[in-house]
Amino acid sequence: MSLWEFANPVKFMALSGKVLPWVIALAVLTLVPGMVWGFFFTPEAVNFGNSVKIIYIHVPSAMMAINIWAMMLVTSLIWIVRRHHVSVRAAKAAALIGVTMTVIALITGAIWGEPMWGTYWAWDPRLTSFLILFLFYLGYMALWAAIEDPDTAADLTSVLCIVGSVFALLSRYAVNFWNQGLHQGASLSVDKEEHVADVYYLPLLLCIAGFVLLFVALVLIRTRTELRLVRLHRLEIRERMKDA
Amino acid sequence: MIALLIRDMRLAMRAGGGFGLGLAFFLIVSTLVPFGVGPEAAILSRIAPGILWVGALLACLLSLDRIFQLDFEDGSLDLLATAPIPMEGTVAIKALAHWLVTGLPLTLAAPAFGALMNLQSPGHFWIFVTLLIGTPALSMIGAFGAALTVGLKRGGLLLSLLVLPLYIPTLIFGAEAATRGTAGLSALTPLLMMAGITAGSIALLPFAAAAALRINLR
Repeated sequence: MSLWEFANPVKFMALSGKVLPWVIALAVLTLVPGMVWGFFFTPEAVNFGNSVKIIYIHVPSAMMAINIWAMMLVTSLIWIVRRHHVSVRAAKAAALIGVTMTVIALITGAIWGEPMWGTYWAWDPRLTSFLILFLFYLGYMALWAAIEDPDTAADLTSVLCIVGSVFALLSRYAVNFWNQGLHQGASLSVDKEEHVADVYYLPLLLCIAGFVLLFVALVLIRTRTELRLVRLHRLEIRERMKDA
Repeated sequence: MIALLIRDMRLAMRAGGGFGLGLAFFLIVSTLVPFGVGPEAAILSRIAPGILWVGALLACLLSLDRIFQLDFEDGSLDLLATAPIPMEGTVAIKALAHWLVTGLPLTLAAPAFGALMNLQSPGHFWIFVTLLIGTPALSMIGAFGAALTVGLKRGGLLLSLLVLPLYIPTLIFGAEAATRGTAGLSALTPLLMMAGITAGSIALLPFAAAAALRINLR
């Protein structure tokens, strides 16, 4: 069983149909306890009060927003190199989830920022690069929506995704140069020992796992819908050819 | 290739759209901003480099859809695709023609329009230099966006949505260099960064744009 077998949509549909209920169940089993634990069974932080609890939505959604773009880049490359039909549909499916995560991260950040920094919005590098990421997602989705033929749309959006990634990365470092920030540094990291305190850390990890699983479940559902749409488009064309 | 360059420039000037319209648009933006923010000289001279950059960027955006659209509609783009010049070369030449009829006039006019916004003395030089180095990147990135949207009926609005985020790094470094230079600070770092973006765009984007054109002509 190799990854390339699933370029065949029939095989992908068969396997994803079997896997999907399990992923959904796992997502519920991590997300619900993670959220409940985080919101109701952790102490209030010294300087932040209750507002610290927004971390359980803000951090996972921000992580997902960036990682989903990275996943779209990889799947777009796979489409360009190997014409892997499921891959590019997954990129399209992920875009809407990615833009939603970006909006959630921006809004929860604004809600947290008002009491803590005294402002909903500041032209801080992290905030600015998220806003720019949001614009890139919008452009990518608009290009998908504008082109009728599914394969042309897949090719063009993949090219845009690759070029866009370079410019998104450039913008990310350009805004660092442009303005100094209010946002604190990373709260989590793999290589360093500096984390938030364990009481917050453990439920946060659970929430992150929950967001990842939720994303996998949503992407599977939407990819299946996309594949069905493509099939519908092909069938319609075939019908029209028959009439002509 | 030179024949193509001359043909494109002639078409752009005769059609009367590109070159005059972009400049007129730039002049109108430079006139409207003082109405918006008020006539105080201190505020205007502080924001002048940034406004001139944004104005030049928008003026550049206006004429982007003409790079490939007309040639696509009358079929000459198909002929160019089968011509002995590689597609990448065609794209680069068309971007150059676009720069010569929009970017270059904007660069030459910007120091004069700066007078409308009370731009202070070293500022004229800096706005000229930064635009001279930065506008080729704008034309090249724009040619890529135009190549992506060439097959679409009403690609204009979509083109701006695709291209403007790609303009952000150039704008940040360009406006920063112009602002620092005007204020008498060292502008070398942002200037070099912007020159790097321009050089990188000219080197790599023709390939991406040619790939997009080939997909659209398929």
